[in-house]
Amino acid sequence: MSELATDGRESTRLDAFLALCLTRFREFFRESEIVFWGFAFPIILSFGLSLAFRNRPAETLAVAVVAGPQAAGAADVLGHAPLLKATVMDEEAATRALALGRVAVVVRPRADGAVEYRLDPSRSESAIARARADDAVQRAAGRRDPVPVSVSEVREPGGRYIDFLIPGIVGMNLMSGGMWGVGFNLVDMRMKRLLKRLVAAPMRRADFLAAHLTMRLVFMVIEVSFVLGFGHLVFGVPVRGGLPAIFAVGALGALCFGGLGLLVGSRARRMETVTGLMNVVMMPMFVLSGIFFSADRFPQALQPVIRVLPLTALNDVLRAVILEGARLSALPLPLAILAAWTAVTFAVGLKLFRWS
Amino acid sequence: MKGLDYSAAGFLRAAAGVPLVVPAPSLDASPDLAPSVVVRDLHKTYGDVEAVRGLSFEVAPGECFGLLGPNGAGKTTTIEILEGLLAPTAGEVVVLGRRWGRDDQAIRERLGVCLQQTVLSEKLHVDETVQLFRSFYRHGRAPDAVIRQVELTEKAKARVGTLSGGQKQRLAVACALVGDPELLFLDEPTTGLDPQSRRQVWDIVNDFKTNGRTVMLTTHYMDEAERLCDRVAIVDHGRIIALGPPRELMTSLGGEHMVEIAVSDGDAGAAAAAMEGLPGVRAAHLTAGRIVLTVTEPHLAVPAALERLRAGSWKLSDLSTRHASLEDVFVSLTGRHLRDE
Repeated sequence: MSELATDGRESTRLDAFLALCLTRFREFFRESEIVFWGFAFPIILSFGLSLAFRNRPAETLAVAVVAGPQAAGAADVLGHAPLLKATVMDEEAATRALALGRVAVVVRPRADGAVEYRLDPSRSESAIARARADDAVQRAAGRRDPVPVSVSEVREPGGRYIDFLIPGIVGMNLMSGGMWGVGFNLVDMRMKRLLKRLVAAPMRRADFLAAHLTMRLVFMVIEVSFVLGFGHLVFGVPVRGGLPAIFAVGALGALCFGGLGLLVGSRARRMETVTGLMNVVMMPMFVLSGIFFSADRFPQALQPVIRVLPLTALNDVLRAVILEGARLSALPLPLAILAAWTAVTFAVGLKLFRWS
Repeated sequence: MKGLDYSAAGFLRAAAGVPLVVPAPSLDASPDLAPSVVVRDLHKTYGDVEAVRGLSFEVAPGECFGLLGPNGAGKTTTIEILEGLLAPTAGEVVVLGRRWGRDDQAIRERLGVCLQQTVLSEKLHVDETVQLFRSFYRHGRAPDAVIRQVELTEKAKARVGTLSGGQKQRLAVACALVGDPELLFLDEPTTGLDPQSRRQVWDIVNDFKTNGRTVMLTTHYMDEAERLCDRVAIVDHGRIIALGPPRELMTSLGGEHMVEIAVSDGDAGAAAAAMEGLPGVRAAHLTAGRIVLTVTEPHLAVPAALERLRAGSWKLSDLSTRHASLEDVFVSLTGRHLRDE
């Protein structure tokens, strides 16, 4: 009979809240997909993109010299110029090489001593090759520069592609973490009737949602530390802002996308519905919000739309704080955009939310 | 109580919505206790579909009450209204002396709920799942003890996703029991389980009952209703068509034995008609091509039936006898089998 007796313990509301948090924590780290997308994927992405967009040393450019009486002399001059490689070929071969992009510019030395350049002005390497070739030709003919110049080289971290990329990946992670971790997860629990089962117990609904969001903040700290720490230690990405400011921005971003996830997952009862909705919401931000390249590249007419997207605002704030060490008080507009998204998505999401 | 016949009267009564009610013998629980569940004229409509059309019943403390009926009869809708998960369209529901909508938490503290086909979180361990549900109730039972009671101690550290169907269902029952409920709701507790798992679930429910607690369950298995329930309400198309203790409902058929006869040639319908009024035969009926006799005294009825077949030159191809079941009650009232749909 003692088996069937009460255990004499009194479980408080705090116990229930902590049990819900612990449950969420266990589910999160036992889900191998989540660990992959949250931790392995950002690293693979950073390595891949940093390889593709690494800052390369200035490239040696190929030029064609059209065969003729002066060709050998011209080729000799160009061949000794820095970062140029000259090849003598006949007219027809040179034309084809230029068309195929195998040479950046075609140089034709004329009998009267003049030099003719042929190039495609829309190709930037052609313009560079022409400038280098012309410089060599003029110097060989005796040009002297009237202004003495000197060059000192700097390689400071902060301006490289990887420096741009890492805060973007932090922002992207906050978006997908909120959308999948809150939105998708709630629909999954609704479909399995687990939400219904939970509310059939004397669980307080507010505690359940609060535990979900609390754990999103905990996961945010882990994810942001991980990606930023990785960027800093492996690529030397500068972290100029203070950690409290960075995590405050991370928290706002996590709540904002948690709210968006809540809204997207507030009613759906089918996987197809929620997956479709998530793609509709996330895809434009993947492209427009400056994860992989600056949102400034899009036409001016689109900028007002792009600027009010929550991920654009979040990425701008993250870059300003991480790379420039900007103070949060200097970023009122993007922070206000994030706060507004958070307030609206929570208000609407909670109103629409259904438990079964 | 007159025996049910297989004539038109039973169908007419069911069609008119007049339920067959057999009074219950006095229950062990003291009569002055308020009923655990009161349902009066309950209606639930989904758009144009009337899922529940005027159910009324009471469940006494300490009783196990079953809603028995085919799929789509409105059983799950009814039990989810009682669990406070759905709002009724009309009618009155009182659970443990309270109505939903005011201090629902206080009602839920005293209920155990096992929904139809809940999938608990696959990544959690068995003990973690029970501990989570324990945390929702102010007072409850030790999770270990509940896990032992449902015989999952060996699986306590296993992930829910690795459990068999029967183990998952026992875990769902454990989550319903861990709050030490006064009233346990079970919606189709053994649907889809193998016979051994079903018996394990039945043992758990019987344990709970012997402790003086109240159980309300839905099922479309007559054997489950017969084995567990003190009283059953047979539900069809959102209405109660019969209500009473299983044994009384079965004896209300007029005989406790059923004789099924198959004839290989000749008109089986005419043969069934020819069986009416034979000694020991209370009713004769043709269902799915077989002649079904409700019989009080098989030793008289079977020889008489065989003699009648011979006389009418019907050729006997099969004969079997069995005890009457709730299925027969359902067939006698509706002309359909429980699992036709």
